[in-house]
Amino acid sequence: MPETPTPPPRAPIASDGGGFALDTADRQAMRRERDHYEQPQAACIEALKIVQRRHGWVPDGAIPAIAEALGIGVAEVEGVATFYSLIFRRPVGRHVILVCDSSSCFLCGVEALRAALEARLAIGLGETTVDGRFTLLPVCCLGACDGAPALMIDDDTYGPVSPDDLASLLEAYP
Amino acid sequence: MSPIPRYHSRLRQTPAERRAESHPLTWRLREDGRRVTLDDYLAGDGYAAVREVLGEGTPETVIATMKAANVRGRGGAGFSAGTKWSLTLTGDDLPRGYLVCNADEMEPGTFKDRVLMEQLPHLLIEGMILGGFANRSRQGYIFLRGEYREAARALARALEEARDADWLGPDIAGSGFDFDIALHTGAGRYICGEETALISSLEGHRANPRAKPPFPGQSGAWGKPTVVNNVETLCNVPGVMRHGADWYQALSGSLSEDGGTKLYGVSGRVARPGLWELPMGTPAGELLERAGGLSDGRRLKAWLPGGASTGFLLPEHLSLALDFDTIGDAGSRLGTGLLTVVPDDQPMVPLLRNLEAFFARESCGWCTPCRDGLPWTVRLLAALERGEGEPGDVTLLEDLARDLGPGRTFCAHAPGAAMPLASALAHFRDEFTAGIAPSRTPRAVGEEG
Repeated sequence: MPETPTPPPRAPIASDGGGFALDTADRQAMRRERDHYEQPQAACIEALKIVQRRHGWVPDGAIPAIAEALGIGVAEVEGVATFYSLIFRRPVGRHVILVCDSSSCFLCGVEALRAALEARLAIGLGETTVDGRFTLLPVCCLGACDGAPALMIDDDTYGPVSPDDLASLLEAYP
Repeated sequence: MSPIPRYHSRLRQTPAERRAESHPLTWRLREDGRRVTLDDYLAGDGYAAVREVLGEGTPETVIATMKAANVRGRGGAGFSAGTKWSLTLTGDDLPRGYLVCNADEMEPGTFKDRVLMEQLPHLLIEGMILGGFANRSRQGYIFLRGEYREAARALARALEEARDADWLGPDIAGSGFDFDIALHTGAGRYICGEETALISSLEGHRANPRAKPPFPGQSGAWGKPTVVNNVETLCNVPGVMRHGADWYQALSGSLSEDGGTKLYGVSGRVARPGLWELPMGTPAGELLERAGGLSDGRRLKAWLPGGASTGFLLPEHLSLALDFDTIGDAGSRLGTGLLTVVPDDQPMVPLLRNLEAFFARESCGWCTPCRDGLPWTVRLLAALERGEGEPGDVTLLEDLARDLGPGRTFCAHAPGAAMPLASALAHFRDEFTAGIAPSRTPRAVGEEG
């Protein structure tokens, strides 16, 4: 398998996103991204992902910073940043668990799996554990239906996953 | 290391079961599931179609061959790819535009494009070069869903290899044709798979669909002619160009008038869920047999032929050929051609609540029937599931299924949601009425809870 590129270390940021400043390398990456398209707006989603890769989420302060870097409107960036489900606008845990809740996983017992996850982590969907380790989110069909029920932890997809697998599975994500 | 292995997509057929002449999409896949590199691909007749077509062909001859082969879109709609391509050539004054690969595979129950991108990315790249040539595109984009991380790595590596070997870039294979491909990864939202919403998203906007006409073929991304094709559709192109329309038609033989092969799959409660490349028009029953039938000794109750936005069919429909017209004539849609299997111990109301909750959440909110109608169906279904339905709720669901149908919304999202609902109500109405509380009186409009 191709090796997973090492993500940049996550830079801590105040949970209200105050005092946000765009990293210089990130600003350059956004401008390079812009050259792939006829208009700079098209780099907007990737720019949000660049911020998120560095900080784990996209604080409010990043919106005008991205708009400035790309030379587009603040409202346009905000509109996009509030539309896409994989752009996080609140702090998330060190690891994000995406639980597929679509039909094949539903038929193969994902509701029991999700209940087991919620019980183990003591959180519901959309919440983060008190120790800041995991955030639990629903996701639409992961395209792993021959491995239903399936879930993703960070970049890794697993399936089929049974409630009994959870203890040792989560251990791999400290 | 994690105790359970990561998910790895695979085809159920072994290399011995796949041949170049009969399995054009998958014969090159390695047994170990690793990516087919450029060298492997070249050794297996790779980029031969590009060399041939860019050397001797014209956009017109490519499109004529696509039309003669009758390559129908594998993203679910089944529209003729050749006809779609001919739109970009209708005006002499049209600027060079874009060829976009729709790799936003998110249709529930669909896991076919993933294996092609992870393990055979050069086939897609070759198909895109041919498509770009036919449409005189200046640039290609692969719009890949954000969750497909392994596919992103495989595609990025393959694009690099292709560029280094001059299969992409200026003057490809000495033909004078310039074309490159950029990988664009998404950030979630099922609606991005809708052709015009995908273009909005590619441009960096919210993924709202656009009215047609103008069709993207004439005015799409940044107002330029834009062709959007599914991964599997584009992966069909090299074989068609290499071996011709007659060969392609013969692949499906007497099974179907739609030519070629199809990546079929089965998931849900079956013994051996999986993916197979089979002739277009393979009967559904044969596919279910390959999947080992239902698991846990259950019997078949119903099945979706190709994703959440197709209508339920019954055991009696298993003899039908899985092609666009046959499944369409039976009142459903072939969709992506990957079956979702429902066992006899699965009640329909919770399943429909799950399906409609998916569509409600994934609505982009652009038009009212979809934005408000879908959550309404979820509330009604949830009430029926709890046994707290009101008299009239089932009729109301039937009305909603009709009112969310084709022609009443901006795009195909709500009509897609209406298909499983209408068909489930038609086939299993009693299960829905059983959710009406015995002593209830009808509620006032707007008080459905």
